[in-house]
Amino acid sequence: MSFLPYAVSVWLFLVGLYGIVSSRNLIHLIICLAVVQSSTYVLLLAIGYRTGAGAPVFAAVPLTTPAVDPVVQALTLTDVVVESTVVALLLAIAVQAHKRFGTLDPEELRSIRG
Amino acid sequence: MVPAPLPVVLPLLVAAGMTAAGRRLSRRAADLTSILTAGATTALCAGLVVQSAHHYVVYWFGGWKPEHGIALGIAFVVGPFGAGLAGLAALLITLAHVYSWRYFEAVGTLYHVLMLVFLAAMAGFCLSGDVFNMFVFFELMSVSAFALTGYLIEESGPLQGALNFAITVSVAAFLMLSGIGLLYGRTGALNLAQIGDALAGKKPDGLVIAAFVLVSSGLLVKSASVPFHFWLADVESVAPNPVCAVFSGAMVTLGVYGVGRVYWAVFEGSLGSHRAEVRGVLLGLGVVTALLGGVMSLLQSQLKRLLAFSTIAHVGIAIIGLSLLSPLATAGAALYALAHGTAKASLFLSTGVLAHRFGTVWEDELHGRARRLRLAAALFALGALALSGLPPFGTFLSKGLIDDAARQASLGWVGGVTALASALTGAAVLRFAAHAFLGWGVPERGAPSPHEEEAETRGERWRTPAVMAVPACALLVLSAAITFVPGIGRGAESVAARFQDRGVYASQVLHVPAPIPAHHHLEPASPSASAVESGLGSSVLAVLLAAALVGRRRLPRGLGTRLAHVLRPHSSLLHSVHSGLVGDYVAWLVFGVAALGGLFALALR
Repeated sequence: MSFLPYAVSVWLFLVGLYGIVSSRNLIHLIICLAVVQSSTYVLLLAIGYRTGAGAPVFAAVPLTTPAVDPVVQALTLTDVVVESTVVALLLAIAVQAHKRFGTLDPEELRSIRG
Repeated sequence: MVPAPLPVVLPLLVAAGMTAAGRRLSRRAADLTSILTAGATTALCAGLVVQSAHHYVVYWFGGWKPEHGIALGIAFVVGPFGAGLAGLAALLITLAHVYSWRYFEAVGTLYHVLMLVFLAAMAGFCLSGDVFNMFVFFELMSVSAFALTGYLIEESGPLQGALNFAITVSVAAFLMLSGIGLLYGRTGALNLAQIGDALAGKKPDGLVIAAFVLVSSGLLVKSASVPFHFWLADVESVAPNPVCAVFSGAMVTLGVYGVGRVYWAVFEGSLGSHRAEVRGVLLGLGVVTALLGGVMSLLQSQLKRLLAFSTIAHVGIAIIGLSLLSPLATAGAALYALAHGTAKASLFLSTGVLAHRFGTVWEDELHGRARRLRLAAALFALGALALSGLPPFGTFLSKGLIDDAARQASLGWVGGVTALASALTGAAVLRFAAHAFLGWGVPERGAPSPHEEEAETRGERWRTPAVMAVPACALLVLSAAITFVPGIGRGAESVAARFQDRGVYASQVLHVPAPIPAHHHLEPASPSASAVESGLGSSVLAVLLAAALVGRRRLPRGLGTRLAHVLRPHSSLLHSVHSGLVGDYVAWLVFGVAALGGLFALALR
């Protein structure tokens, strides 16, 4: 088991965070959030991976056949559903911001501070 | 016997039904259905508190019970703290709906649906015995809360608030999920009790520490502790008042509860050998949160933002209670959450009365205009005193328990910090009330932001409907009534002792032969004389501070200007840190996680 997927996961998390911190465009910012979340997919799938194992479907093979962990795959799927909800809501806010105020720059949108 | 999942299932089903009915449901029918549903959920949670008083109520979905101590299914594990917190959330949602009966001019069924889904998610988070389900309910709660914040989507304030909220809390959720992934990778389990069993007795290594930092910082973002607190102030500046009442009263507390639940069910067996270090880091976090929240609250001149920072200060006090890691302090923190939650929710509902009457919640615009609102003035004054810990409000009793526990741990100075934070937040509200209701002093424009119309309600009105005043009064009465429940301190302490006992938790969930429950020696926890003294002291301090702020023009000239000279640069620094930009907030979040991680890595090695 290599460390590569874990490194990729950490990289995605950090690069996504950098994007969020530095972004001046809401759509870009929301996609960066999606990148941060992709790191959790990679992490979860890497945790369940076994070298040389097949998919966790035992219909035609003996029960002792090595398989990758199906639990983390279920978690990843739930995670995807959660993300699509969050991203859809955020994009709706971005569309509304653009419609009402003609800008996608978080700095121009802000009315509360201090 | 209340089936454990009912407080989650009932609001979800009703919400689904209401969505299906859509426009066919009249406004009043939607109001009534929501009130009844949330009320019934409150009763169900109260039933669960009683039912779980001596033994965790464990419910395995689909009957997938554990075999040989290995959890196969997904469980709800209900204890009195979790059920009580879910009950508080349900009660606040019920009262928010009663209040909304007249508060909103026009509100679609969507509002009711979102509130009920929000309730179901909060209840699910409190009752879950499975770390991944905690994450799912965390996200469900967050998504419905984002939508409720941005409910008035026509304005830039709510858009900005919802956006900052959604991005910050989503990043927090992913931190938590990464931590959960690490825990699963190490133990192969998602059930809290089983992860706890697998980690127990092993020296904490890098992976366990990383998982602890990731999961707990995710939850701390939800609880709005410094430096993760920025979103709460933005959200509560703009969200509808009844929604703010639920956010401040129950939602932020869930984060603190989550840290406690996860620490004692999962990590205690591994990190328990480093109690002093864990206590030190969490205590530092709580102290900074309490003090910064108090100071920021005093610097605000928009009432809702002022109350939001005050919530941050009080969450800090609850975190201090949690950080002491003793049953007495945890009991104090739990009761504090209840006493503060009800008082703060009452203040937000009273704020709505001002918004409803005058269309603004800015200090300078309200100056002296609210003279005739005697009931609202009384509600604000009492609410402020409840925040400052005046006996007989429950805040004094529970703060006394935390202070006693700190003294037992030879950390007597903690009492000074909690008293100061309470006094600062009480003074902030009292100062606002003196300006708005009495017209004393000259208010200054504090924040550099433009004023937003409070468009949840429109224009000026001459009368405050009774359905808006009654919930606010009821919440204040409840906050005081806590003190008079016989033996509540002792009861909470014995519950807290069980809450902290990982062995008992694991055995009752997994049915493995139980270790004999440790016998906890309990000191009688009645309101001690020192608690009364400290409560009175912080209230007097709050009144004096508010009086000094209102009458600062009358202070000797040299003193006044010198004070202003010293304070202004610091306050403008604090204002500029709270920039309202989500990028800055996420940068602070990263800093906070790195700092927590660094501190724990150093301390636990």
